Amino acid sequence: MGMLEIRNVDKIYHSRGKPPVHAVRALDMDIRSGEIVALLGSSGCGKTSTLRMIAGFESVSAGSIALARRPIHDLPPAKRGVAMAFEGYSLYPPLTVRENIAFALKAQQLSRAEITQRVDRIARLVEIEDILDHHPRALSGGQQQRVSLARALVRDADLYLLDEPMGQLEPQLRAVLRGRIKGLLAERGMTAIFVTHDQTEASALADRIAVMEDGVLQQFGGERELKDRPANLFVASFIGEPPMNLLDTAVTQEDGGFRLAVGADLAFHVPRQTLDVAAQQALVQSDRIKVGIRPQRIAIGSGEARLRVISNQWLGDQSHIAGECAGHLLVAVTSGKVAARPGDLVPCALESRHLHIFGADGVCVRHAEAR
Amino acid sequence: MDHSSLAGRIFRGIALAMVLVFFMFPIVWILLMSFQSNEQILRIPPRILFEPTLANYEALISGQLKTAAGNLQISFMRNLMNSFILSSASVILALLLGVPAAYAFARFKFRLGETIAFTLLSFRFAPPLLVLLPLSLYYQQLGLNDTYFGIVWVYQLIALPLILWIVRGYFEDISPDIEHAYRLAGHSWREAFTRIAVPLAGPGIAAAGLLSFIFCWNNFVFALILASADKQPVTVGALAFVTASGIQYGQIAAAIVLSVTPTLLLALYAQRYLVEGLSLGAVKG
Repeated sequence: MGMLEIRNVDKIYHSRGKPPVHAVRALDMDIRSGEIVALLGSSGCGKTSTLRMIAGFESVSAGSIALARRPIHDLPPAKRGVAMAFEGYSLYPPLTVRENIAFALKAQQLSRAEITQRVDRIARLVEIEDILDHHPRALSGGQQQRVSLARALVRDADLYLLDEPMGQLEPQLRAVLRGRIKGLLAERGMTAIFVTHDQTEASALADRIAVMEDGVLQQFGGERELKDRPANLFVASFIGEPPMNLLDTAVTQEDGGFRLAVGADLAFHVPRQTLDVAAQQALVQSDRIKVGIRPQRIAIGSGEARLRVISNQWLGDQSHIAGECAGHLLVAVTSGKVAARPGDLVPCALESRHLHIFGADGVCVRHAEAR
Repeated sequence: MDHSSLAGRIFRGIALAMVLVFFMFPIVWILLMSFQSNEQILRIPPRILFEPTLANYEALISGQLKTAAGNLQISFMRNLMNSFILSSASVILALLLGVPAAYAFARFKFRLGETIAFTLLSFRFAPPLLVLLPLSLYYQQLGLNDTYFGIVWVYQLIALPLILWIVRGYFEDISPDIEHAYRLAGHSWREAFTRIAVPLAGPGIAAAGLLSFIFCWNNFVFALILASADKQPVTVGALAFVTASGIQYGQIAAAIVLSVTPTLLLALYAQRYLVEGLSLGAVKG
């Protein structure tokens, strides 16, 4: 059963003298109890607006939000049963760190000993025990962020909202905290949504990732699903490191399928049986179409195609080779070292079964074969 | 800390002394005048050394003004009391009305919000005399003429815009997320306002309150037209020293010293808040 149900939610900002901004469009999401969800997208994509509508700091322009089967979109924030860690930390300056965390618990009417115990436990988790008696002004950004995180996680709430919860932390601490927070959330069966623009963070912490762009939910699924079955061009190019190579191809019909030609010396044969009806229709209707191939799927060292190397980087565990092929810039990733220098022509193989094919509207009509 | 040469320090000392003398001279001179008799004051050339007298202060406090034409009753102490009552009441009312309004203007975008805020500020642009004539006619009909309430109401023209705009700037400097965090922990927005926003904006509210107290205290023209003798503040009451037999410079000086002292002490005590309040709130607001 859904813990959080977001139905057809719109958010439109009206400001005087400016055209209205449609920050979130027809958002539909179901989040299960105990699930950790990442809202992933570039800045201005509507992810923070979504979070603030759930918390109650922004009204919904249309649609409804229900938490634990209770409609909450008209309730004041205090009655929603939601805890939140803010991107700007928002600690209360006159109080010490301990008091800041404890005041989140005031409304729960716990005993003094219980409050102390809870604050100590969460402080240990995010490594702020040594600064509990400090005032927020004396803390670094990373420390303030952890206090803000602790203040949210210490509460008993139906839903935890975390806005860029680890943006200010050092990489090493971030990796440690990710693991611990995920452990805490899972152990207590807490449902959480966090906003991030960092794919690694989203993959590491979340059970499912919601990719947003231009206020529209592009795709909502597990990390594997987003990588292997991107719903559209945006998700395909946004998810994955390095990003998917996109090629513009000319479509012609041929025996048993279609021929997608990138250039004179690079063309693919796509057998008809790998395409469903919609995909065939899309290919029949257009003469040019976009295809995508993951850098990890381009084999270097053998094959018909030729790649003119522009750069070759060894990252310690894999090589990133960028080059020009049939008028397109391609990036290939291989696990071993490649002896190629800029300017060299190396053979490479791009296989038809590894292609994602996108229709004219950007929707993916055929996914690459799973590995 | 000081690395400059001796000559530099001497030069700076002289420059500072000159500036100090320039600004302090009128106040010091009035202070000296308040301890002199009228004859001593009008002596030409004036002398720095004189035999001080407390007669001026005695006259003010006892309410008996001796002039060449005979004894006059003056109500200076009453006027001083009136100034206190009028200014304090005006500031308290303006704070009660202005702080919540400033919060609303800072936090919520609503229809005509900016227009209303600016209209309130624009009260400061209008020449008071322009407002006063129709106002005194209305006041006569409403029976508000010569009442504390009527004058306090008019003083809102001075105090309210000041408080509104300074405090608004302060509220805008506080991240709304601090209040949001408090509200999520199970508190209403009213609690967030009284327990989080107001304490955090405390210095700004104090500065705005002080400033409007001083402005109210110094006001002359509203009370001149709308108040009779027993409701007059000191600014108007000082007119009594312009008598048929001449101007009582000594008493005027003593009256000025007595009426400036409370605001001066207040301003000195709260200097830090005042500077902060003006530089942060007013400029940004």
